[in-house]
Amino acid sequence: MSTTRRQFLKIAGLSVFGLGASTALDAADAVAKDMPGAKYEVGGKHLAAKRWAMVIDTRKLESREDYARIIDACHKVHNVPSIPTKQEIKWIWTDKYDRVFTDDMSQHLSPAVREKDYLLLCNHCENPPCVRVCPTKATFKRADGIVVMDYHRCIGCRFCMAGCPYGARSFNFGDPRPYLKEVNPAFPTRMRGVVEKCTFCSERLEVGLLPACVEASNGAILFGDLDDPNSPVRKALAENFSIRRKPSIGTQPGVYYIV
Amino acid sequence: MIEKVLKGSPAFYIWLLFLGGIASLGVFAYIFQLKYGLTITGMSRDVSWGLYISQFTYFVGVAASAVMLVLPAYFHHYKKFKKMIILGEFMAISAVLMCMLFIVTDMGQPQRMLNVILHPTPNSIMFYDMMVLMGYLFINALVGWVTLEAERHDVDPPKRIKFFIYLSVVWAFSIHTVTAFLYAGLPGRHYWLTAIMAARFLSSAFASGPAILLLLVIALRRLTGFDPGREAIQTLTKIITYAMAINVFFFLLEVFTAFYSGMPGHQHPLTFLFVGHDGHASWVVGWMWTAAVLAILSLCLLIPPQIRDNERVLPWALGILVIASWIDKGLGLLIGGFTPNPFETVTEYAPTFPEILVTVGVYAIGLMVLSVLWKIALDVKKEAGTF
Ligand code: SF4
Ligand code: SF4
Ligand code: SF4
Repeated sequence: MSTTRRQFLKIAGLSVFGLGASTALDAADAVAKDMPGAKYEVGGKHLAAKRWAMVIDTRKLESREDYARIIDACHKVHNVPSIPTKQEIKWIWTDKYDRVFTDDMSQHLSPAVREKDYLLLCNHCENPPCVRVCPTKATFKRADGIVVMDYHRCIGCRFCMAGCPYGARSFNFGDPRPYLKEVNPAFPTRMRGVVEKCTFCSERLEVGLLPACVEASNGAILFGDLDDPNSPVRKALAENFSIRRKPSIGTQPGVYYIV
Repeated sequence: MIEKVLKGSPAFYIWLLFLGGIASLGVFAYIFQLKYGLTITGMSRDVSWGLYISQFTYFVGVAASAVMLVLPAYFHHYKKFKKMIILGEFMAISAVLMCMLFIVTDMGQPQRMLNVILHPTPNSIMFYDMMVLMGYLFINALVGWVTLEAERHDVDPPKRIKFFIYLSVVWAFSIHTVTAFLYAGLPGRHYWLTAIMAARFLSSAFASGPAILLLLVIALRRLTGFDPGREAIQTLTKIITYAMAINVFFFLLEVFTAFYSGMPGHQHPLTFLFVGHDGHASWVVGWMWTAAVLAILSLCLLIPPQIRDNERVLPWALGILVIASWIDKGLGLLIGGFTPNPFETVTEYAPTFPEILVTVGVYAIGLMVLSVLWKIALDVKKEAGTF
């Protein structure tokens, strides 16, 4: 008799506890639902792709102003500081042919091609060494091929900078904020001691916008899905001869150049 | 045994105080770095690692080198090393501590250090490096303490510790191999992308580590009268000589591959280090030639037995060897890996004064730890009559 009674009490106790717990959980759920950003939802307008890629039609870029406009567009929206030393920060910049395509050393390249400026940025490699070496997963590759960073997890070890074969990454040696002329409040500024680089404008794709550099390029830079044969990038690649930086090292860059 | 630290001669405490003074200068410079960031160093966007990481690399080698005493003593029952082993193990402990300090000083966000453990990333070599270094520290502390305790009570060390001693041998190889993998697996860094990187690391470590140990032991003999035994010194010198010869040989293999193949990427770092790149001769050129000459000189002094066994010459030969290996691995390796940069141009790197101060501070801390540990070991030996 006493055993059954004890059992009854146990069960009763447990159910009261369970009931209490489930009500508490419900309440927490209700609160959470009301919190902004509590539920992750892809915005209706967002742009999606299996593999984002970029094609730079270098024939369409001529003057200094062309490059300056593109670089400024990126650096302004992303709060990239202009630091006038070797510890500079840059997401997109220009250099000459033999600096950009270091293993393509045609001896008698046409002077026009050799003397021209070329845009450089993170290649969002298919096989990115920076992701491979990062000890904290602060640098990671998304399913759509974009290589992004978590500035709040980065420990500033700079292994990714040693790992990147393209010199695409910058480190905040000091506080970057004093070097910002104006701040775009829609994008986070960074703190001292973390690495940063081009994000392929993942934050703009989310709200249905193309990358800032693409927008500023007047059609010289194309952006689209490499897995979709009808995308502008695939069409441009099918119709033109294109090259990529350091193809022999197996990183499979996602930035193509039409020369 | 810790109480041994409390009973020392005034000279010992003055020595500690002196090191403490230097260390506090380093700490001061580090506080400065914490406040302003790594911008106070000579590192840049293109040369993003500098003196800190190169010193880390060098001292992993020093830590691993304890195995050159442990292996003959336990695998080959070479009794003559037994007296000195504890000094090697304790040196490994202080070297690993220095490595850890160098890693922390190099971080941009040191307070997030635990992220390496909180978000373990098995594809990153740095993750393994951290694990093997911690493991090595633990093994050496355990083995060193237990064997010393046994010596103090004049008993044989417990059988179980044998397992950890054997483990420490394998582990020593692992720490330096993994450290080499930090460098050797990066596409686009020509100077580092070589299959014999780990072998080069080990050979240079097994030359320079025991050389540093022997230099310190010779100094210790002067100061305290502790004698590791003539034969032990000679055997260790032979080991150092072989390791250095292999080290130089490995380097020449790199030179052959780079220049006979004629591949620009492989040649450029070497030409940069020894003559300059694109008409740009850097300050390292002089250092690298010094290293080359000193390396050959050390071999000339160490290979002929008559000179090698001359105790007057020995400290000089060892000192020269240490300088040569330090320039090669503690300077050239890192600078050559980053220059020419990914754009095949040259960005100069030279450490700044605060950077050097922090580095020297870490040295001083390492030396303090070493002095305390060695004092304990020697006092125990004195009591046990194994001095
Ligand atoms: S270009 Fe460099 S930073 Fe960008 S994904 Fe490739 S390796 Fe990473
Ligand atoms: S610096 Fe940051 S992003 Fe780069 S490897 Fe280290 S933790 Fe990862
Ligand atoms: S894709 Fe976006 S982040 Fe990258 S360079 Fe262009 S504008 Fe800058």
